[in-house]
Amino acid sequence: MMTLTLGHFLSLGAMLFALSVIGIFLNRKNLIVLLMAIELMLLAVNMNFVAFSYYLNDMAGQIFVFFILTVAAAESAIGLAILVLLFRNKSSINVDELNTLQG
Amino acid sequence: MDAITGLFYFFAAVLLFSAFRVITARNPVHAALYLVLAFFQAAAIWILLKAEFLAITLVLVYVGAVMVLFLFVVMMLDINMDGMRKGFWKHFPLAGMVGVVIALEMSYVLMGGFRDPPKLASAAGQIGDQVSNTKVLGVLLYSEYLYPLEIAAVILLVAIIAAIALTLRERKDSKHTNAADQVRVKRGDRVSLVKMKSVVAASAANTPAEEKQ
Repeated sequence: MMTLTLGHFLSLGAMLFALSVIGIFLNRKNLIVLLMAIELMLLAVNMNFVAFSYYLNDMAGQIFVFFILTVAAAESAIGLAILVLLFRNKSSINVDELNTLQG
Repeated sequence: MDAITGLFYFFAAVLLFSAFRVITARNPVHAALYLVLAFFQAAAIWILLKAEFLAITLVLVYVGAVMVLFLFVVMMLDINMDGMRKGFWKHFPLAGMVGVVIALEMSYVLMGGFRDPPKLASAAGQIGDQVSNTKVLGVLLYSEYLYPLEIAAVILLVAIIAAIALTLRERKDSKHTNAADQVRVKRGDRVSLVKMKSVVAASAANTPAEEKQ
């Protein structure tokens, strides 16, 4: 318990991931908080990568985190653009009202 | 308990608390600000793991760019939160159960499997004690991972174009000039010669007479 092991960091990542899963369940109507919960999930995954990179003495984990950060930034930019477009068309970001595609 | 362990527990506690506030905050602006706090704590933990470059990148890219974008959007949209908070806690028992199961299972497996410090690779591994983390990462990125780096750059470019193309709104009353049309114009579009009979003299004779009346 006193000395930090890989397990500590991986458990922290697991708890963070579980919290964001709960967040997706709770905020299922609010699209913007859903995006934030996805960001938290990516953070949890990155935490695991960095911890493995440190404890296994392998830089590939950190390289991977670098690319995940890139893709996550692109994802959130496009997601927010879609959100703005959605709000312009429907004046709401409630997921329940996104049912115009069901024919 | 040495200082690093204490710092880890402190940062982890603040990180989990702020993550909890992100998913339960009533106001989305508060949620975004707590997310900023969470990113800062994660960056601090990464510094404990000697990943300085990624920690600084996390603060610069996420706190500096992505979260500002989030705050922009949250404040720009006039979101009615009352309808969305209805039935907020309805699925909490299920969600909490799923979350607790995930956390407990993962913690059990991970703490069991990774409690012993894994055998480190050779001392002359990729992370040297003398070379900075940033330098090692840079050397690897521009030699071994050059092609993925180019792909990442292309992904960012596509994201820029997609975000602009999605939100661009053509204004109907905008008085801009179309440069391509201006270049392509011919003489015939501007000047037209009309054939007319020369009846000018007759009308010129009548006009002064009418003015006298």
